[in-house]
Amino acid sequence: MKRKIFNSQRPATEAAAQRPFLSPSALRGEGRANSRNLPLNIMEVCGTHTNAIAKSGLKTLLAGRINFISGPGCPVCVSAQSDIDNMLALALKPGVITATFGDMLRVPGAKMSLKDAQTAGADVRIIYSPLQAVDIAQKNPNKKIIFLAVGFETTAPAAAAAVLAARKLKLKNFYVYTALKRVAPAVELILKEKNNIDGFLLPGNVSVITGLKEFDFISEKYAKPAAAAGFSAKEILAALAKLGKPKTQNAYAWVKAGGNKTALRLTAKVFTPAAGSWRGFGKIEQSALELKEEFAAFDAKKVFKIRAQKERKTKCRCALILKGKIPPQKCPYFARVCTPQKPLGPCMVSQEGACAAAYNNMG
Amino acid sequence: MCLSSVGKIISVKNGRALVDFNGVRKEVSAALKPQAKKGLYALVHAGFIIEIMAAKEAKKTIADINETQNF
Ligand code: SF4
Ligand code: SF4
Repeated sequence: MKRKIFNSQRPATEAAAQRPFLSPSALRGEGRANSRNLPLNIMEVCGTHTNAIAKSGLKTLLAGRINFISGPGCPVCVSAQSDIDNMLALALKPGVITATFGDMLRVPGAKMSLKDAQTAGADVRIIYSPLQAVDIAQKNPNKKIIFLAVGFETTAPAAAAAVLAARKLKLKNFYVYTALKRVAPAVELILKEKNNIDGFLLPGNVSVITGLKEFDFISEKYAKPAAAAGFSAKEILAALAKLGKPKTQNAYAWVKAGGNKTALRLTAKVFTPAAGSWRGFGKIEQSALELKEEFAAFDAKKVFKIRAQKERKTKCRCALILKGKIPPQKCPYFARVCTPQKPLGPCMVSQEGACAAAYNNMG
Repeated sequence: MCLSSVGKIISVKNGRALVDFNGVRKEVSAALKPQAKKGLYALVHAGFIIEIMAAKEAKKTIADINETQNF
């Protein structure tokens, strides 16, 4: 028997919501439906989804049927405290210009954020494309330019292209501090541990680059459904509709089979997968993208002799939130001490962070 | 963070593409998508075209996005 999650009398945003999809029995790989299985726990592994699901009203509309859990989907949020502290140390070095994406600016480090460092006189530039960091290096031959690279597979090819451009230009003052990460190993870690997740919404733009093979293990090894989703409410509903079977499927029009091969080739040319630290997860094998030996001259970690350090304990509960163990509202600091204006942790800084999304949509 | 925008490719020259985002034109790199061509739609992230789509298909996608607002 097939169960409807969406009762057709309910005013759903789209007609799509009224189709009988998401059979909970199928989602759980059971032969029999059971209404006690509701709500389904669906993890979205993408901060843009977290934001879209809250803002569009899907979270409220589907409450009781689907419990959305935010996974490790925002590269700012999952950056290890040690990476943030290292980036700050680099920013404070004399003769250095650091360049990074706007979301990184207010993440609290050991003593301050990059924004505080900027106020204190450090030259920290906000860029939109890694190529701008190469530009800055060209225009400032007497300074050392360090691109603080944060992002997932979507951003890694752009960072790779910047490194290759710098090499072509024979720049001697351009460096990259990489905190770039791969999504799949973190998802697998969640699946390996005990969990109550019934299905995954996969990050759309990561999938555009990697293709869906990267995530086949979710259904093949762990028998859970997964679908790559776009970012409008309609696209998210379309992806939810695909979660009926334990298969990894596509519901985002931009994803092509095999992903973007040119982008994957560039990433593989410059970076190599290595063990990397994630906030809340600790070290995950093969999850970080480090510069290859061939590009050691561009590697800020090597050139500036950054040593591995122990993870510093902070008050923030992002770690539990990123694993889907507690919702932001369960953090004792949420909205009381910790707000987007005065964030204690990265999940409240980044617009895509689970805490910021929860705060901004409190209504 | 992997936020992206969709725009129409106006021209491509030497690996740089001029893309029209709802009336705002921006030059981006076509290095990650050498098949980028005038008239196609582009998905752009961090100053790079990461995927392309024929106009007909893309217009539908754009309509979907506009309907529910950009996030
Ligand atoms: S598009 Fe990428 S960075 Fe952006 S929210 Fe999704 S997974 Fe995170
Ligand atoms: S509310 Fe603030 S302190 Fe609590 S987990 Fe979120 S970011 Fe950290």
